[in-house]
Parts: sequence; C-alpha cells; structure tokens
Amino acid sequence: MNLLNAISIGFKEIWAHKFRSLLTMLGIILGVSSLVAMSAMVKGMENGMREALIAIGGLEKVRIEEQDIPPGQKHLTDQAVGLTLVDYEALRKGAPLIESVTPEIRLNRVMLSRAGRSFNPWNFIGTTPAALEMNQHVVEHGRMFNDIDLENARSVCVIGTLIRDELFGSPEELGYEYNPVGETINANGQPLRIIGMFQHYESEQERKLRLLERNTPQSQTGPARSRGWGGRRGGSFVFRMKNATIYIPITTMLIKFRAGSTTNSAPENRLSSLYIRIASIDKLEPALQQAKNVLMHTHRGIEDFAFQTQENWAEQITVSIRNARLSGGIIAIISLVVGGIGIMNIMLASITERIREIGIRKAIGASNFNVFVQIIVESVVIALLGGIAGLITSNLLVRLLMIISPTENTPVITPAAMAVAFGFSAMVGVLAGLIPALKAAKLDPIQALRYE
Amino acid sequence: MALVEVRNVSKIYHLGGEEIRALDDVSLDIETGEFLSIIGPSGSGKSTLMHILGCLDSPSRGTIKLDNILIHEAPRTQLARIRNQKIGFVFQFFNLLPKLTVLQNVELPMLYSGIGGRERRERAMAALRQVNLDNRSKHRPLQLSGGQQQRVAIARALVNDPKIIFADEPTGNLDSHTGEAILELFRNLSREGRTIALVTHDPGIAAVTPRRIEIRDGKIATEVDARLAGLDRRAAPALT
Repeated sequence: MNLLNAISIGFKEIWAHKFRSLLTMLGIILGVSSLVAMSAMVKGMENGMREALIAIGGLEKVRIEEQDIPPGQKHLTDQAVGLTLVDYEALRKGAPLIESVTPEIRLNRVMLSRAGRSFNPWNFIGTTPAALEMNQHVVEHGRMFNDIDLENARSVCVIGTLIRDELFGSPEELGYEYNPVGETINANGQPLRIIGMFQHYESEQERKLRLLERNTPQSQTGPARSRGWGGRRGGSFVFRMKNATIYIPITTMLIKFRAGSTTNSAPENRLSSLYIRIASIDKLEPALQQAKNVLMHTHRGIEDFAFQTQENWAEQITVSIRNARLSGGIIAIISLVVGGIGIMNIMLASITERIREIGIRKAIGASNFNVFVQIIVESVVIALLGGIAGLITSNLLVRLLMIISPTENTPVITPAAMAVAFGFSAMVGVLAGLIPALKAAKLDPIQALRYE
Repeated sequence: MALVEVRNVSKIYHLGGEEIRALDDVSLDIETGEFLSIIGPSGSGKSTLMHILGCLDSPSRGTIKLDNILIHEAPRTQLARIRNQKIGFVFQFFNLLPKLTVLQNVELPMLYSGIGGRERRERAMAALRQVNLDNRSKHRPLQLSGGQQQRVAIARALVNDPKIIFADEPTGNLDSHTGEAILELFRNLSREGRTIALVTHDPGIAAVTPRRIEIRDGKIATEVDARLAGLDRRAAPALT
C-alpha cells in the first residue's frame, strides 16, 4: 500500500463523516488562525513602532542633553556652562564623523493665536535650517527658513499641519486644504509670519483610512459628530506630536522669546538640547567619542552633558515585540494542542468504531504498519485540512480585528507565520494520531473480526 | 510434498490459571487442489485450527509449513504478507467494508500487495466476473442480497490468486437456497483447481467435499477421504 492510497483512504474517511470531521478540524482551524492572526498583529505593531522610530529621526539621530555634574566634579558646578551655541559651532567644525548638528531651544507653554482661535503646540522650537533633515521633515507648501532668516533673526515660522488645522481649520472642516503660507500668527504676543508648512505626517494605516474616507461620499447632515475614540485627526502619538511642531529660527527664539524671560535682559543662551546625526550606525561608538571629546573641550572638562541614542527605544521595541509574540504564541499553541487533543479523541472513537474493519483489513493482508499508517494519515489529513482552513480563516479574522479595533498598526500576515502555523498543524496531526494508530496497529485480528 | 503440512500442532490458552487445550497435537496434510471440510461442534477447536492455518494466529507448539514456508515461526509482518498473497478468507458475516463499493472491496487485498491502479481494477473485474457480479461493481455491499455479498467476498478471496481459500461457515448466514448456490460456486472453483477448506459445524454442508476432517476437543476425531475410499478418482490421481 503506497502513501497515495493511504491519503485517499484518509480523505474518504473524512468525507464519510463530514460533520464530525469539521468539528474535529475546528480546533485546528482556530489554533492555526489565532497563531497567524496573533503574529500578524504583532508584526503590525512592530511595523508601526519602527515607522514611528524612523519618523522621529531614525537610529542615526543622537540627542545631547544637559545632565547633572558627576559627584567628583560637584565643586565646579558654578563653572558649568551647559549646552550653548558654542557647542553647536564646535561640533560642526570639530567632529568629522558627525554629519549634521542642530541646536534646539524649546519653549513650553506657548500660546499660538490667530483670529480668535488659539492652540498650544507640542513643539515650539527655535533651531537652524538643518533641523528639517535631522527630524525628517518635508516642507509641502512654502519653504523652510534659511540662513539669511537665521542671520537676521526674522520673525518667520514653519508649521505642522495640526497647527494649521487648529488655527485655520482642518481640511475635514473646510472641505479643502487651506494653505496658510503668508499668514501671520501670534505666539505669546509676538507676530510670526508663516513661510512654510510641513506635509501631513501619518502612519500607513492612517493614510489608507483617510483615502478611504475621502472616496466614500459624505452622507452626513447636521452638526459634525465625534467619530469616537477621540477622532482620527492627529493619529498616533508620534505622528500627532510631529504634526504639532512649529519651527522658528533659533536667533529669533533667543531675541524675542528668551530675552525678556528673565530679569536679566541678556538672552539666556542655554540650549534645550543638541541633536547630532552620524553618518552610519556602525560608526556610532567612535562618533560619540569624538563628540564627547569636542564637548569636554568646550565645557572645560566638566561633564554636564549626556548622549541619548534611540538605541534604547529600538531595544524596547525588540523587547516588547518579543513579549507580545511569546504571550500570543503560547496562547495560540495551547489552542493548537487543544485541537490536537480533539483529533486524538475522535481518532480513538473512530478506531473503536472500526475495530471490525481493522480486523478485516488485517485478515486480507494489511500489516500492522499498514494499519498504523492509515490511522496516522487520517489524523494528519484532518490536521492539514484544518490547517489550510485555518490559514483562510486567519485572513478573515485579521480583517475582522481591523474593523473592531481601531489600531493604527495594520496587521501584516507574513508567509513565515503561515508556514510555521501550517507546520505546527501537521505536527499536531502526527502527534495526535500516534496513540490511536498504535492502538489500532496492535489489535489482534481474530478478536477484531469477532468484535460486534 | 503437500501444500500444507501440519505436524503436532497444539494451541494452549491460559484462562485464570486454567489450561485450555484448544488444539491438541494435531497433524494433517492438505494437497494442492484439494476440497476439504473441517467439521466439528462449536468449541471443538476447528476455528482455532483455521486461524492457525490462515496465519491469523500462531500455534503454541508444533510446526506448520505452508507452500514451503515455516509459518509457525514467521514474524508478524511476514504472516501479513502470506495472508495477503497465499490465503483467501471467506467469512460467515461476509466482512465487506460497507463504505467501499463492491469493486473497491475486491481491490482491497491488491492495495496491500502494491499492485498498480489499472491492473487492480482489471483483476478485480475479472474476479467479479468469475462470481457473476461484474454488473454490480459500483454498488455498496449493503445494497446487495446476502448471497451476492458472499459472492463479493469470494471474489475478494480469489483476487490475489491464493494457494488456499479458507471459508468459515460461508453459508451460515444465508437461507438454504442461496447457501446451496454458494456451495455450488465453491464446487466449481474446486473443479478449476483451487484448494478450498470449508469450516463448518453442519455435516450436511461438509458432505459436498470429498475429504472431511472432524475435530472434537481439539483433536482430529475422524477423517473421511473419498479418494481413499475410491469414490472420487478425479481428486486422487496418485492412487489410481
């Protein structure tokens, strides 16, 4: 008896008990589909997190911020200068491994206002034109401020779309994209002319949703209603933050927003932070060393600064993905095992029902091995059919999950996950068939023939 | 040399410390082309003898040679192959697989001997023609009458061209008329040169065979051989 025959016998047996086989398969179907759906969701989560990581500047971006002076240098506290534009210039000129440097002065509690509307932006930042590249911004309308604006400390700004939405009205509100370039807004009473606006940042998922909504005709009448979950505008945290950004020249920041902020009329020149971008991630260590050497020089040996790499975040992503995968995987494997127990149960019942048939087969020449193979194949066929059905179901399941949970991370079904789930279902089939098959193979033909 | 040589075969069961001799020192020969019956009341040991001869069971003692193979010491896999290639079984309750068609039932032994699909089909159809059921090949066993089912079982027993056919009470589940037809079929097969052993408790059925071996309490009680009596010259060419 060859394998093909055994498989066809397996199929016939399954077909003869359609409903029972379907119920048996259900366990495997659910196990496989939950395994695939789980991994798709984790993959989506991972993609979302990586997308966000890239959106804030990628791994090559390193932040330098002020830090408490180490205990050994406590007596030098009054000589510590903090991060200043001197560091910026020194890093630009003295560290060849560093591709670009941008200083940032960040002002909190800024109220932007225009024509009765006001908004508290997430990031009100004074910086240099290089910040555009550093933070992966793209100007869609107008332009970024340039070195001349910087030199002359012009009162200009470049804004994110969320600020436009809040001060001028969002496209959903107005029905068209408003271009605010040329308008003037107030920031803490200081007029700023908008010379550019960034593009709208959003995750893949949000973009798809927005395009979908645009294509469906608006049937809504009456006052606008919240769509629940705080609305979709703004989207996930990282993108929302990025859209709520307003950039002004750092010189403007120093003169207009810093000079009057203390009793001293001289501008307070400390930077909030300094960003450096290194050429490639494999040169991270030497580049940081170089930056440190330069800064130790400008800070006269006082180590009042620290480097914050995004590696910590990348590591966190890896850890949280691993945890999600592990917990989801364990649950899915358990449901596969439960499905396997279901198969074993049915196969045991089925061989008890077919003791006589096994006796007949043995009498006409089936060896123990033939009987063993027949039962194993039946069990594997059930498991594999369940596996295939599970893969199909997982697609529907993922779609269902996308509808009921408004997550910004599109679940992604990977071929690897499908292969693993399918392999597991085959393995479950073999393991579940083992005991029933051994039991059937060991039956004594005479007693089996007499069995009623 | 005989097709089957049984020498001093005993089968002993242990039931709760008690020793039961189902077969006690049985010796017999079956020649190729013989038509014999093994008779005896139930519990006499005739079924045990058939099971041992049919390679379904092993003797506790003694030697058996079937077609020059010592089957009393053969491993189980080899016994399965012998059952498949050299032995055909016909049972009282037909023992067809109800889910398979008639043709598939007849093909079944060839499935285990690894014969290709086309040859399997041709040989199964030929066997069905022999029992006059080739027009019922697509039916399920339960759609046929008892006599027809038994003929399918006979076709299945014939299909691998066995050395010997064992029929265990083949008419026991049939009315006397169809039983008669089945016996006639066996007689015809015997005339074609098949070796057939009928196992029955009914002396009336045993009467159709030239040779009769009566088992009682695990021993051969009497043996009637028409050839030795000179009643059937055809079956005993060596003696004429």
